[in-house]
Amino acid sequence: MALDSKTPKGPIKDKWTNYKNKIDLVNPANKRNIDVIVVGTGLAGGSAAATLAELGYNVKAFCFQDSPRRAHSIAAQGGINAAKNYQGDGDSTYRLFYDTVKGGDYRSREANVYRLAEVSANIIDQCVAQGVPFAREYGGLLDNRSFGGVLVSRTFYAAGQTGQQLLLGAYSAMNRQIGRGKIKMYNRHEMLDVVKVDGKARGIITRNLITGEIERHSAHAVVLGSGGYGNVFFLSTNAMGSNVTAGWKAHKRGAYFANPCYTQIHPTCIPVSGDHQSKLTLMSESLRNDGRIWVPKHMKDVEAIKAGTLKPVDLAEEDRDYYLERRYPAFGNLVPRDVASRAAKERCDAGYGVNATGEAVYLDFASAITRYGKEQATIKGLDVNDAALIKKLGQEVVKNKYGNLFQMYEKIVDQDPYNTPMMIYPAVHYTMGGVWVDYNLMTTVPGLYCIGEANFSDHGANRLGASALMQGLADGYFVLPYTIGDYLSDDIRTGPISTDSKEFEEAENDVKKTLEFFITNEGQHSVDYFHKRLGKIMWNKVGMSRNVKGLTEAIAEIKELRAQFWKEVKVPGAADEYNEELAKAGRVADFLELGELFAKDALNREESCGGHFREDSVELDGEQKGEALRNDKDFAYVSAWEYKGEPSDAVLHKEELEFNDIELKQRSYK
Amino acid sequence: MSGILNSSIGRKFAMALSALFLMFFLLQHFAINILSVFSADAFNEASHFMGTFWAVQYLLQPVLIFGVVFHFVMGFVLEIKNKKARQVSYAKNNGAANSTWMSRNMIYSGAAILAFVVLHFIDFWIPELNVKYIQGDMSGLHNGEFRYFAELQHKFVNPARVAAYVIAFVFLALHLLHGFESAFQSVGANNKYTKGLKGISKVYAIGLPLGFIFIALFHHFNH
Amino acid sequence: MNLTLKIWRQKNASDKGKMVDYKVNDISPDMSFLEMLDVLNEQLINTGDQPVAFDHDCREGICGMCSLYINGEAHGPDRGVTTCQLHMRMFKDGDTIFIEPFRAKAFPVVKDLIVDRSAFDRVQHAGGFISVNTSGNTIDANATPVNKADADKAFEAATCIGCGACVATCKNSSAMLFVGAKVSQFALLPQGQVEATDRVLNMVKQMDEEGFGNCTNTGACEVECPKGISLENIARMNTEFLKASLKG
Repeated sequence: MALDSKTPKGPIKDKWTNYKNKIDLVNPANKRNIDVIVVGTGLAGGSAAATLAELGYNVKAFCFQDSPRRAHSIAAQGGINAAKNYQGDGDSTYRLFYDTVKGGDYRSREANVYRLAEVSANIIDQCVAQGVPFAREYGGLLDNRSFGGVLVSRTFYAAGQTGQQLLLGAYSAMNRQIGRGKIKMYNRHEMLDVVKVDGKARGIITRNLITGEIERHSAHAVVLGSGGYGNVFFLSTNAMGSNVTAGWKAHKRGAYFANPCYTQIHPTCIPVSGDHQSKLTLMSESLRNDGRIWVPKHMKDVEAIKAGTLKPVDLAEEDRDYYLERRYPAFGNLVPRDVASRAAKERCDAGYGVNATGEAVYLDFASAITRYGKEQATIKGLDVNDAALIKKLGQEVVKNKYGNLFQMYEKIVDQDPYNTPMMIYPAVHYTMGGVWVDYNLMTTVPGLYCIGEANFSDHGANRLGASALMQGLADGYFVLPYTIGDYLSDDIRTGPISTDSKEFEEAENDVKKTLEFFITNEGQHSVDYFHKRLGKIMWNKVGMSRNVKGLTEAIAEIKELRAQFWKEVKVPGAADEYNEELAKAGRVADFLELGELFAKDALNREESCGGHFREDSVELDGEQKGEALRNDKDFAYVSAWEYKGEPSDAVLHKEELEFNDIELKQRSYK
Repeated sequence: MSGILNSSIGRKFAMALSALFLMFFLLQHFAINILSVFSADAFNEASHFMGTFWAVQYLLQPVLIFGVVFHFVMGFVLEIKNKKARQVSYAKNNGAANSTWMSRNMIYSGAAILAFVVLHFIDFWIPELNVKYIQGDMSGLHNGEFRYFAELQHKFVNPARVAAYVIAFVFLALHLLHGFESAFQSVGANNKYTKGLKGISKVYAIGLPLGFIFIALFHHFNH
Repeated sequence: MNLTLKIWRQKNASDKGKMVDYKVNDISPDMSFLEMLDVLNEQLINTGDQPVAFDHDCREGICGMCSLYINGEAHGPDRGVTTCQLHMRMFKDGDTIFIEPFRAKAFPVVKDLIVDRSAFDRVQHAGGFISVNTSGNTIDANATPVNKADADKAFEAATCIGCGACVATCKNSSAMLFVGAKVSQFALLPQGQVEATDRVLNMVKQMDEEGFGNCTNTGACEVECPKGISLENIARMNTEFLKASLKG
């Protein structure tokens, strides 16, 4: 099947408007006869469910958590971008579009990104109307901050928990519809398959996580807003329950999976403290605005620090290596996430890591504290040479800006970051890849839609800070509700979809068979045992820096691990009760397949772009020597993989990317 | 407005209003009693006025009785309802980690006060009703003199009774230490004045019972 | 360190349940409390026993999914944290730790340490929203300035993560801190004024129907709340409720 992105014709700035003017609509009376299933209740799924219900569709929404409010969108800290230009600093729809495409290293679909930038301003209006308490200035108007190294202040925020506040907004919109009976909410339900009838997505099979009951749910269309798959690495900043199952089952039913290898590794996370670690904690990127990143220059100091005989604060300035400032004088500590992460790995691989595991670098606020302290002393007319006073004043400023993050760090690491530098290390954070969708956000399965992080569309090979929240809400509030109507307008005479068909029965039997297998298999290793091993392979060979040898090995090792999993996995308990191990087993089984496709995709893409860094595709000389080298001639396409059984048999379909409104350039931060 | 007492917040509000009323009554009661320390005559005058003035006897007294009964009955009703809201209790609960003993045991301090009120009624209020409304003697005189001060002194001769009174007032203090500020919180007053209010509440909650104890001991030892 | 754990085990909602003793060894002080339970569960799975079921998801203190009543306190002995952010360095070698589910009639136990907190959702279905359609046809976000002090207070109320620690810790199992925070967030913003009367009446009504107890102002909820939600929010709800009752 040829990939058709269905991008409307015409100038980029008119595409979305013209599209909306021409699509087919469903009249209100008919909407009452149409059912839509939404899987996932994060920003994308939650906002979509609420909006579809307001429009009049009958919505069934599903989440595996105990309440829609707990979806992992809640953990986003920094903010949400919108081209409002409230600061009058030259922002515009075009500029947000341009920054996003460039930030994504020219691997996203232009028309989708432009539409995202176009609706971004409306998101803020919408959220304020819903009562989302964004930060405000003393004049009562909304405050903005700058983020992720762009040149304007377009990020709206609610202290360090913008994600929670936006999700509560979407959740409140859902609550209103649940109260009215327009959304039927299924908490603690996990989707385990998509059901296709006559080639169209017509329902899903779910498992009630409390009772273990397998249920059939039918609808005229199915929307997946099930988030990213970062947990394929076992350790990531994703929630423990975040998984790829919904997207992967869709893939197995015919939805292409796009760019699985595009993963964002966030540079400022709290380092792993030991083998017991179950997840990683992110510290907002905003810390890099004031923190300076360094490791010792000399190996003897590294050893002394590890041995505890030298304190980092006692190391002289000239014995420190501020490697980002050294390598990237123009952007310094504010280089994009992928660059900062690789630079940290480079130093740690060379042996300069500063903690016991050798995987940590310092993020130091001492000079910011001094700078702010002097500023405050000058403002207040106090003695600028009084070191203790300067430190105190400076710490107060830093506390106001980052207090909650510093407190979180102290709770986890048990060190006081006001007086000793923080230790940080990169961690898997976001996946730009996902289920392939066209301009309508429909997958290659008719009637099956995919929104938010679960799809691949807007961020290319690297996502800018504060853009994930924007995309989730744009898809759910403003894009999908239009595009799905165009599809559903053909379904006004279909009537209710029966769940008694053989397609439903088959899908249900498949699901039951797998669960039965897990329960009865007499294995000897827990699910986590396999998940951890998968994570190690992924992190070591398909992580921040990739090469042919490692990727080839990874593919073989994952395949072997998968075979072992299906032989030796051990799941206690029964299928007809609350059984977290059973739920985990199903998720890890899917990760074991995705992981291989992920590595295969990385092997196929013989270029470095965004989060995907290939050691064999770097600048060989000149000022940029050693930096990532993109190959636009051969790789300016989306890799969309078609399922054919084993991941190794997956067939590649290319969606060529055309750039008519932006000139392709190599990124430089020197 | 209808059915406000059927809502949790409505009940809480009623509890607070009755508490505020009772606290005002206690203050008034104390103001008259303390006169007995300085001047028997003044105490007699005030007592006679309170005991015979129609508005006090026929308006305020029934209101007070209603307030007392309401506060106790509602207190017990709420306690039972609240107990029902947790059917299985914790194997280990460290209440002291997050709240004061007083706040967690209002029902016990309240019950102790109730026991005292019963004693107090038997001591003063029932004899008073007997003299005034059954025997019909509204003169307030005994052997030609006002009887109130003498009766008061007589009551505090017995050290066991004095001890009971002192213990009851300690419970009253414990009850008020939480109850005073709690009542304000319940009626929605939690603002910039709250800190000051907490200070006043401590003074009232400790000072007033101490004052009553002082009066009891004063008459016991100055008999 | 080596620890003795006393954990509530209950097969399902209808099972009676009981406390069971377990031992875990070689626990690192850097582990989070839930990672310590992961160790126990791995141990139980390997010996063919049923792992202990507990709720958890983000493990960074924001989703509100984790619960647990640890040594007599909601989210354990540390302050300003959820159970997932509680670290083992708060305990000593040889300690005995009681681990129980959040207890309230309105939060029935589902299994072991997992409780059903959907009562919170239902309270919000009753009025925890501003009735504005998500069509995007709203006024410009800056058309309604909001006093910064009010906006900040609304935000503080909105930081509630809905974990239920307030209910668990309250001797009366009262949900007033939770409902108070939700009512306050909207009551403080101009957008929330239009529906203020119905909102508070409906939410309080639903709260009462769910079987939560009454607030007696012990203040325990404020102390144990991982987000430090203030009692001020309960006072505000009381005023709002009274205002609404007089009006309605």
